[in-house]
Amino acid sequence: MNIIVCLKQVPSTTEVKIDPKTNTLIRQGIKSIVNPLDSYALEESVRLKERYGSRVTAISMGPPQATEMLRDAISSGADDAILLSDIAFAGSDTLATSTTLAKAIVKIKNYDLVICGRQTLDGDTGQVGPEIAEMLGIPFIAYVNKIEEIANGKLRVQRMVEDGYETIETSLPAVITVVKEINVPRMPSLRGLTKAKSAQIPTWTTQEINAEKETVGQAGSATWVVKVFYPQRVQLAEMLKGDPETQAKALVEKLREAKLI
Amino acid sequence: MEYFLTEQQKTLKSLARRIAEEKVLPVRAELDEKEEFPWEIIKTLADSDLFRIFVPEQYDGMGSSSLDLCLVVEELSKVCSGVAVSYAATALGAYAILLYGNEEQKQKYLPAIAAGKRLAAFGLTEPTAGSDVSNIKTTAEKTPEGYVLNGTKQFITNGGEAEIYTIIAVTDKSKGARGASAFIVEKGTPGFTFGKKEKKMGIRSSSTRELIFRNCLIPAENILSKEGMGFVVSMRVLDHSRPGISAQALGIAQGALEAAVDYTRQRVQFDQPLISLPVVQYKLAEMAMQVEAARALVYSVAKTIDSGAKNFTEESAMAKVFASDVAMRVTTDAVQICGGAGYMRDYPLEKMMRDAKITQIYEGSNEVLHSAIAMELRKRKGRRE
Ligand SMILES: Cc1cc2nc3c(=O)[nH]c(=O)nc-3n(C[C@H](O)[C@H](O)[C@@H](O)COP(=O)(O)OP(=O)(O)OC[C@H]3O[C@@H](n4cnc5c(N)ncnc54)[C@H](O)[C@@H]3O)c2cc1C
Ligand SMILES: Cc1cc2nc3c(=O)[nH]c(=O)nc-3n(C[C@H](O)[C@H](O)[C@H](O)COP(=O)(O)OP(=O)(O)OC[C@H]3O[C@@H](n4cnc5c(N)ncnc54)[C@H](O)[C@@H]3O)c2cc1C
Repeated sequence: MNIIVCLKQVPSTTEVKIDPKTNTLIRQGIKSIVNPLDSYALEESVRLKERYGSRVTAISMGPPQATEMLRDAISSGADDAILLSDIAFAGSDTLATSTTLAKAIVKIKNYDLVICGRQTLDGDTGQVGPEIAEMLGIPFIAYVNKIEEIANGKLRVQRMVEDGYETIETSLPAVITVVKEINVPRMPSLRGLTKAKSAQIPTWTTQEINAEKETVGQAGSATWVVKVFYPQRVQLAEMLKGDPETQAKALVEKLREAKLI
Repeated sequence: MEYFLTEQQKTLKSLARRIAEEKVLPVRAELDEKEEFPWEIIKTLADSDLFRIFVPEQYDGMGSSSLDLCLVVEELSKVCSGVAVSYAATALGAYAILLYGNEEQKQKYLPAIAAGKRLAAFGLTEPTAGSDVSNIKTTAEKTPEGYVLNGTKQFITNGGEAEIYTIIAVTDKSKGARGASAFIVEKGTPGFTFGKKEKKMGIRSSSTRELIFRNCLIPAENILSKEGMGFVVSMRVLDHSRPGISAQALGIAQGALEAAVDYTRQRVQFDQPLISLPVVQYKLAEMAMQVEAARALVYSVAKTIDSGAKNFTEESAMAKVFASDVAMRVTTDAVQICGGAGYMRDYPLEKMMRDAKITQIYEGSNEVLHSAIAMELRKRKGRRE
């Protein structure tokens, strides 16, 4: 069985700052990390590999620095990694991102399962997984919290829905997105780290994935991020004053006024 | 300081540090409080291949370098030496097999140890035999079915948790020190049970327990080397494992130094951070120098072993005595300069001070090792190449 896991490099949240002049993220000097949910996707791929003897390929669309993240993926159990990187990919929205990833997956050709994180820390749309499935024309299951079994070309999973869990079976190949309840990602291993150090991580450009220039990057995007801004902070809280008794009385009064009690 | 670590050693060190910070730090206080064996962390260490680093490649290991082991033990001990010793005691238990096992024994036991699936332990000490190891009473009687063990081992690290034990027992009373032999005993062997679990001052997450043998029959092929080699095996194993304990002491001292610097930078008295006070500065500088000197000695001894040296009893003892004395002094001073906070369980220093003490006692007390060093000095008339 061949598994493809999609990893995105995102700025570490604790350090993200917005440039007050341009209202865009200041990415310079900010540490990049693997999108946290994607490490669960990777861990699940590696667990499936241990369970079923599959091969795990990690892919990422991003700048050349994302190679380091892909190396980390190898040290945590991925067999190979491919970086999708091209100036032409810059400014991708979810549509263009999914197009690029789907094209790369088609090029990899032999795959049974594609695993993505539920959503990212920065873009946060949760659209890439389902869009890839749509483009590949294969089944999709979101919010998977447990992979029950893979047998006879079928996958059975449990997924989280608002009021409980659903068990779903699908034919393979398929795309799933996972939630953090699915596992606890492991630490890298020394063997993995050694392997990762010398691993060849190829870079695929628009040409390698056989994509049309108009379908990727800004050109292939249906949306543009025009402006990123913090909503203005408005102080709406009213602090009640006085000793506890006075405060309690005032609070009850307020709640009555608001017809809440 | 530049210690000329290889790329692989740097990788190993940073992996061990990451595990210590991400997996050990959040639970160390709880493990200490509950005196709970750190199984989950042991599993992480195993999955990260850290049990492979003291086992040769042909037995599923990744080499067997003393310095590699020291680097991992140091990093773990910076955060929690109870965890570190639970890990290192498996190396101690495995050394007897590594150094004296025959091919079948190595094939049978080492791969599971390297994978971290089975922990090991080393049982020499008895109620009547601490520093005076020659006074062990546990016997191994040869019978047509194999050896029958009777007796009690005391204070055995990883007791109860480990599955593979190296046990020293008397096979021939009449021969005195040449009458002891080393055996491999597996947990679950009928007649082999565990006694009291000790309640300790420090390294409380580690398990220290009695091993009880009552007509415990083991196969004759479980003997390591041959009859009469028990003490030779023990002494050689301890020569090899002492750098690990030195690294434990070194890690504790380094951890205490870091905690003391952090605290004295923040704590303000008389309108200035403590670290601005000359007395505190002097103490911190002394601590830092001692820690670095200990590191230089420990690493040098480990490298000496890795270079293939034949006899390193003296060097190994020096590293252990020096580093453990440094650990005790540095942790005591660290508590002192952090005042009441240093004494409180909300901060890590009191634990480090409690943990440091054991490093002066086990694997040969520092007093006994001073004698060992002096004996070597006498042999070589104090001269050095
Ligand atoms: C602040 C901000 C706002 C944005 N708003 C919009 C918007 O409104 N509309 C729009 O179309 N785009 C928007 N984008 C751009 C878009 O979100 C990302 O650039 C797009 O590349 C991926 O979408 P996502 O990050 O939301 O991923 P999600 O759909 O949340 O990601 C789900 C999973 O898909 C996989 N994945 C996602 N990206 C990659 C990748 N590059 N390589 C490998 N795997 C990946 C991962 O497994 C991930 O866990 C915005 C970006 C930012 C930074
Ligand atoms: C937490 C813990 C874990 C341990 N783990 C193991 C283990 O895994 N395996 C194992 O086999 N053992 C283990 N031990 C035993 C340990 O090695 C012994 O405790 C140690 O060797 C000292 O022996 P003792 O406790 O009997 O002290 P004693 O021998 O009674 O010594 C008491 C004091 O007298 C001093 N003294 C004794 N003889 C001399 C001498 N000739 N000259 C100068 N001073 C002397 C000692 O230095 C010490 O200060 C462990 C002990 C502890 C506390």
